[in-house]
Amino acid sequence: MILETTQQALQALFAGSVPANGAEAGSPRGNGVLTRDYIIHGYHLDAQVAVDQLLAAVTILDQAGFFIESITGVDWIKENQLEVIYDFSRYDFDTCRVVIRTRIPRDQPVVPTISTIYAGANWHERETHDFFGIKFAGHPHLVPLLLPEDADFHPLLKDFKA
Amino acid sequence: MSAPIQLRPDETFILNVGPQHPATHGVLRVKMEMDGEYIVKAETVLGYVHRMHEKMGENRTYAQYLPNLSRLDYLGALGYTHGHVLAIERAAGIEVPERAEYIRAITVELNRVASHLFWFGAFVMDLGGFSPLMYAIQDREHILDMLEAVTGARLTYCYYRFGGLYNDVDDDFIEAAKRFIPRMRKSLKKYAALVTGNIIFQKRLEGIAPVSAEMCRKYGATGPVARGSGINFDVRKNEPYSVYPEFDFDVPVYHECDSMARYKVRMDEMEQSLRIIEQGLEKLPSGPIMTEKKPKNIKLPVGDFYQAVETARGSFGIRIVSDGDKNAYRLKLRSPTYSNMHLFDEACEGMLIMDALAFMGSLDLVIPEMDR
Repeated sequence: MILETTQQALQALFAGSVPANGAEAGSPRGNGVLTRDYIIHGYHLDAQVAVDQLLAAVTILDQAGFFIESITGVDWIKENQLEVIYDFSRYDFDTCRVVIRTRIPRDQPVVPTISTIYAGANWHERETHDFFGIKFAGHPHLVPLLLPEDADFHPLLKDFKA
Repeated sequence: MSAPIQLRPDETFILNVGPQHPATHGVLRVKMEMDGEYIVKAETVLGYVHRMHEKMGENRTYAQYLPNLSRLDYLGALGYTHGHVLAIERAAGIEVPERAEYIRAITVELNRVASHLFWFGAFVMDLGGFSPLMYAIQDREHILDMLEAVTGARLTYCYYRFGGLYNDVDDDFIEAAKRFIPRMRKSLKKYAALVTGNIIFQKRLEGIAPVSAEMCRKYGATGPVARGSGINFDVRKNEPYSVYPEFDFDVPVYHECDSMARYKVRMDEMEQSLRIIEQGLEKLPSGPIMTEKKPKNIKLPVGDFYQAVETARGSFGIRIVSDGDKNAYRLKLRSPTYSNMHLFDEACEGMLIMDALAFMGSLDLVIPEMDR
C-alpha cells in the first residue's frame, strides 16, 4: 500500500519531465523513480532526483512516516560525478525501503542538508563529508566526525592516494 | 586571605567525559556543558577507533573482507558476518542449504544472548552493582566455549561462508546447547530476582531518559532502543530473512520509553532467543552445510544491493555497489549504535549527569561498531 502511494508521490516530482529510462547496466540513468525487485536488490523504490528536488523528496518520506536509515556517497570518477545515497525504511509491517539518490559534479560537490528534516542526518552527512568531501549546504556543524579533527583528505574518493 | 570562590548563578562549565572513561565502555568522548549536575548541552565526539572498514571493503575481495565484519561489534559479531554473507548471496544468487541456515540462526541467537549478557553485567556495573557482571560472564562463558568449538574463535568469528558454513556442528555442540537452555532460563529468573526487582535499580531507571517514538524515527534508532519506545520493529519479523519465518518467537516491546523499558526489552529478548535456539535444535535438518554450485571467485553483477539484518544492537545494513569486479566498488556499513547514540545529544539535555550515564548504558554501545 505505502509502496504505491510513495511511488506516486515521488513520481509527481517528475511530472512534465522526460520519463526515466530503463537503467542500463553500468551507464548513468536519468532522474526518475524505479521499482526494484526486493528479492535481488533489497529495496523497493529507487528514485534518482535532481539536487533541487532532494528536499521535496525527503519531505514526502518524512510525512509518510519513514525513518532514516543512512546516508552515503559513491564516487563515479569516470563520469566525473559524485552520488549521494539516502536510505529510508519503515517501522511498520507495510515494508517499503526507499532509496533516494542524487548526482552532483565532482568539482562542485554541494547538496542541501536534510538535517533540518531528519535530525539524525547530521552525523551521516558529516561522515559523508569526511569520506567524500561532499558539502552539505546549511549543515549546522560540518566538521570531521570519524576522521581526525584536522583531516583535509577524503579517503573514499577514487583518486585518493594514501 | 583569598576571596571565596563564587559562581554566578547562570554560570556553566564544560565537562569532558572520556575518551578514556569507564562509563563509555571504549573510547568515546562526550563534551558536556554543565549547569551544576545538570547537562545543558552535550556533544558526542567519535572516531577514536575509526579504521576505515569501508575503504578496506573496496580494496579486498568479498571473501577477504569476511573477517572485517567480526571486528565491528566484538560482542555480537556473528550477526554482522551473517549480514555480509546474506548480502553477497542475495546479489550473486547463491542458494544456501537449509541446514547451514539453521545453524546460522542458532549461532547468531547464541551470540545475541552472549552479547545481551555482557551488556546486562556492564550496565548494572555502571549503576554500581558489581556481582551481576560475574554471574553474566559465567553464563556467557558457556556460549563462548560452544561457539569456540565450532567456529574456532571466541569473539572474532569468521564462521559463515558464501553459500554455507566452513564447519559443521557436532553432537557435542548440540548437547551443550541443549544443556545451556534450561541453565540460562534459570539464570534469567535469578537476574530478575537479583536485579530487576531491586528498588534502587528501578529508581535509577524508571521514568528516566525518555526517548519518544518520534525521536527514534528522526534519528533512525532501531533494535532494543526503538522497541523500548513502543516501536514494534525487528528486522527478523519486518523483513524476514534466513530461516526466521520458521520460528515461533515474539518481539518484546515496551511503551514506557525510559531506560527501564530498554533494559526489559533486552532481558525479554534473551528468552526469545532461547526459544529460537530450542526450536532450531529440534528442527535442525540433516544434509550438506555448503552449496555445491558456488563459484570459486565471487563476482557480483553490476548493481546496488542492500541487506539488513537484526543484530544484538539493532538493524545492521550493508550496501554493496558493484561494478562487476571481484571487489566492491563501494561498500557501506550502516551500524545500529551509530544512529542509536546520535539521539543521545538531544535526549540528554536537562538531564542529571548520573542519569545520562545510565541512559548511555541503556543504549548498549560498542564503540568499534560505531566508528567502523
